[in-house]
Amino acid sequence: MPESNVLKQGAGLRQQEDLTLLHEVSVATAGVSRLEMCIQCGTCGGSCPSAADMDHTPRMLFAMLRAGMRDDVVRSNTPWICVSCYHCVVRCPQNVHIADVMYTLKGMAIKAKQYKDSTAPDFSKSFVDMVESFGRSFELGLATRHYLTHYPLRLPGMAGMGLGMLTKKRMNLVPSRIKDMEQLTAILDKAKTLELTE
Amino acid sequence: MNEYILYPGCSMEGSARAYNDSLMAIKDTLGIGLREVEDWNCCGATEYLSINLIPAYSLIARNLAIASKQANGTRTVVAPCSACYLNLAKADYYMEERPALGQKVNEALAAGGLHYQPGSLEIRHLLEVLVYDVGLETIKSKVVRPLTGLRVAPYLGCMVPRPDYYNRWSDHEHPTELDEVLKALGAEVIDFPLKTTCCGGHMTQIGPETAYELIRRLVSSADTYQADIMTTVCPMCQMNLDAYQAETNRYFGTHYQMPIVFFTQLMGLAFGMDAKDLGFGLEIVSAKKALERIGVELPEPPAAKKKDEGLPMPQRRLKKTATPKQEVEA
Repeated sequence: MPESNVLKQGAGLRQQEDLTLLHEVSVATAGVSRLEMCIQCGTCGGSCPSAADMDHTPRMLFAMLRAGMRDDVVRSNTPWICVSCYHCVVRCPQNVHIADVMYTLKGMAIKAKQYKDSTAPDFSKSFVDMVESFGRSFELGLATRHYLTHYPLRLPGMAGMGLGMLTKKRMNLVPSRIKDMEQLTAILDKAKTLELTE
Repeated sequence: MNEYILYPGCSMEGSARAYNDSLMAIKDTLGIGLREVEDWNCCGATEYLSINLIPAYSLIARNLAIASKQANGTRTVVAPCSACYLNLAKADYYMEERPALGQKVNEALAAGGLHYQPGSLEIRHLLEVLVYDVGLETIKSKVVRPLTGLRVAPYLGCMVPRPDYYNRWSDHEHPTELDEVLKALGAEVIDFPLKTTCCGGHMTQIGPETAYELIRRLVSSADTYQADIMTTVCPMCQMNLDAYQAETNRYFGTHYQMPIVFFTQLMGLAFGMDAKDLGFGLEIVSAKKALERIGVELPEPPAAKKKDEGLPMPQRRLKKTATPKQEVEA
């Protein structure tokens, strides 16, 4: 995106609009986010199955990005409540990659360590740890670690279900590991040094 | 014989073993050959994408790079899991749409001696391959035990028909592909209004209350339409609706007993295969009663734990926040 788009005269505004934050989020999102194209119609929030539990609807969050409200945006629970169902994405008249923007905002919140409730970020991190160690996800290890950290009191209640999954052999007791873990580690180590900046 | 490259994904070895077993049982009947991506790794599900972008896409792209080396006469990668399918398709599509992403990912892949040219593979979901490559007529011609009288709720979940980068599905919100397959099997298919509504995804892990409500909506709607059984195309949907149904019942004070199985399991039954070779019995909410309607016998599920006859305990009360919302079922 050309630099001139970051600072521009908004319609009817006395001073220049600072779109640094909007630009930053747009660039850090995979694909072409089209975030700048949002017309604030609210179709996203109206289509969202979990909007009732969100601090801000996606529409409101995008207005906050445009207004440069960085702290409020990264503290919002909205991206964490997003279930990635893509209802908003297929209905958006401007074809904004809404779900992918939510992933970007989660990443920003993790980097800034700004979230009210660490349950979701911890779950993501545990998942990534498993994948980086084995190359595959390991449901039993993930669920146990997650529940022990966040819902220790619920563990007895969940034991029945966990036992059901185990006796039916739907959860493996040991993780399976890919053969060429060395190659995967080399790829991920290199990838961690790279960022999307343009 | 159509040849494909198969990306199974982690759940096929664990929680969705019934999906794997039934797919392996029916593939020869349908005349499809499946070669696994060699030494494939996890696609990252919906978790890795939020942690770190380039590593997340590199993780996905390692599978694409290996698959494209394997592509001998076929360039179609089939994924039975919705999240795997979407992640593979997304990486392929975005690496092309945003050349900067493609370049960075290939820089990372090069560290492992790999390269992926976006667009060189075709990423498709299993259901779509069965409907459009194998075809409904072929499926119908293999039916020896029609599922006559079995009322089935076709449930696709989110990530198969959406966002649909290549416009392969009949509709993003009410696609009819799964309905057509079930009709070809002779089942009585209900016009399920929530067929692409979310099952809660990873919210069962990180915000169970949000997930329970989404699960309740689906199960209660299928129940209202008097479905005997729900069928799905996604390991995550199956896991949430099956393994968390008891929790959802407890949370809302409801008593739903809605079995949910994979569509490949029902296909196998209609093709006359033995229920136990198709992974039946692995579901937590037993499909026994539903299958009796079509004359298929499943072994008795292990008896439920006897109620304690100790001290009288106070009745579990319905939570205040748990008032079922009526409008959803309308």
